[in-house]
Amino acid sequence: MIRLQNVTKLYPSQTRPALKDVSVEIGKGEFVFLVGQSGSGKSTFLRLVLKEERATSGQVFVAGKDLARLSSWKVPALRRQVGTVFQDFRLLNNKTVTENVAFALEVIGRPRHQITKVVPEVLDLVGLKGKENRRPDELSGGEQQRVAIARAFVNRPMILIADEPTGNLDPQTSVGIMRLLDRINRTGTTVVMATHDDDIVDQMRKRVIELEPGRVVRDQSRGVYGYSH
Amino acid sequence: MRASFIVHEIGIGLRRNLIMTLAMVITTAVSLGFLGTAILFNQQVSVMKDFWYDKVEVSVFLCGANSEGGSCAGGEVTQDQREAIRADLDAMPQVERIYYESKRKAYSRFKEQFKNSAIVDNITPDQLPESFRVKLADPEQFPIIASAFIGRAGVEQVQDQKALLERFFKVLKWVQWFAFGLALLMVVVSVILIVNTIRVAAFSRRRETGIMKLVGASSFSIQLPFLLEGAIAGFLGAALATGSFVLMKAVLVDRILAPNFPITRFITWGDVWLSSGTVFVIGVALAAIASFLTLMKYLRV
Repeated sequence: MIRLQNVTKLYPSQTRPALKDVSVEIGKGEFVFLVGQSGSGKSTFLRLVLKEERATSGQVFVAGKDLARLSSWKVPALRRQVGTVFQDFRLLNNKTVTENVAFALEVIGRPRHQITKVVPEVLDLVGLKGKENRRPDELSGGEQQRVAIARAFVNRPMILIADEPTGNLDPQTSVGIMRLLDRINRTGTTVVMATHDDDIVDQMRKRVIELEPGRVVRDQSRGVYGYSH
Repeated sequence: MRASFIVHEIGIGLRRNLIMTLAMVITTAVSLGFLGTAILFNQQVSVMKDFWYDKVEVSVFLCGANSEGGSCAGGEVTQDQREAIRADLDAMPQVERIYYESKRKAYSRFKEQFKNSAIVDNITPDQLPESFRVKLADPEQFPIIASAFIGRAGVEQVQDQKALLERFFKVLKWVQWFAFGLALLMVVVSVILIVNTIRVAAFSRRRETGIMKLVGASSFSIQLPFLLEGAIAGFLGAALATGSFVLMKAVLVDRILAPNFPITRFITWGDVWLSSGTVFVIGVALAAIASFLTLMKYLRV
């Protein structure tokens, strides 16, 4: 589903590459933690998969497509197959929960009847039934993240990318979010999650890829967070 | 993307940026107003040119009893001289037609022209010169007539009305250029303002557009609301400008100028619609192009 082959990414103003000769393969339906300290290249990894950045050298394949050869007008089609969730939720505060989720479908031109059908379904899935007409600032952090996950998942992407989704949440709320991501993973969606949260990684016992300034230093199925801090 | 959704988003955008939108519409209206006025002024000048050049004549003034200039040393023109001049004029191929204006006719025309002035009471028919009014097939050929009749016995002066008109139109030409220059400057100003407004709009909605990119909206659908906002501003500006043209034609031209200057012709409604149409096309196109170029830079996927 995602394959990086000898990928190096050097940002224009920096001398040290953010990723150096990274080769990773993530299969369909896998759940993968991407761990490592700040600046180890986790975000760069995710940005490459979304084609927000281009690899300086090496190849990135997502859903069978070589991103270096993907013309820019086909990037939106790629992103429709990759859902994204962030630490800061990125919701629209002037829209309700339903509108926030529907927005993702509106802007890719889905018909009205489909939107009114699938949005309540996905809100039910993420456990937000009864809060459809609230606005994000009336919700707790965990609930806001559930809205963001609903928005990322509503289009049934093949891949879900989560960049520190529990970074702003307390441990108990985080567990709820992880259960939700696990549930989404069980529907066959590949989940790649960058995180700092060692408790979560240790509990979930999923594949762990550890980056240490720019390099893959560990790739372990059913792994733990690994280093102490 | 559904039309109702786009309309909704544009509404949000325009309202959020109400002051800037207003500024954008007003500057566009003023600059397009200038542009259209310059076009209308241009039309007016060419209407006047057609009208007056068609009427210009060469006047061959004959010596009167009191004439001193020209070849009037011999006193008032004689019957023979007058007939000889008429025959020679008739014979020239450049002359389309001539008619003779006697002192009496000159006097009645003079009375008509200055009917509200006391000067009429001080003038007698004797004091006005008799003349041949000559219509040329081609007004450019005045020099041929002039050289044939200046200095001839009985001719006081040969006057080309076209020369007088040309001086007048030369002045108008400068005014025209000035008006166009000003209009162009205003258009540049409004383009800069549109670019800035769209930039501010794109910035204030970077959260929305960021999410749109993330969930895979096409560049076109991300940019369309901004483009349409620009185009709507251009359209409203052009509509306001057209309103000002209609007002100009209905009030300034038809009510004030036309009754007071019956000696010339004025622009028609056709000219007004033509310049309105031009201004609409230019306004909407400029706004859309300006927004598009701005977005190319700020809203890339």
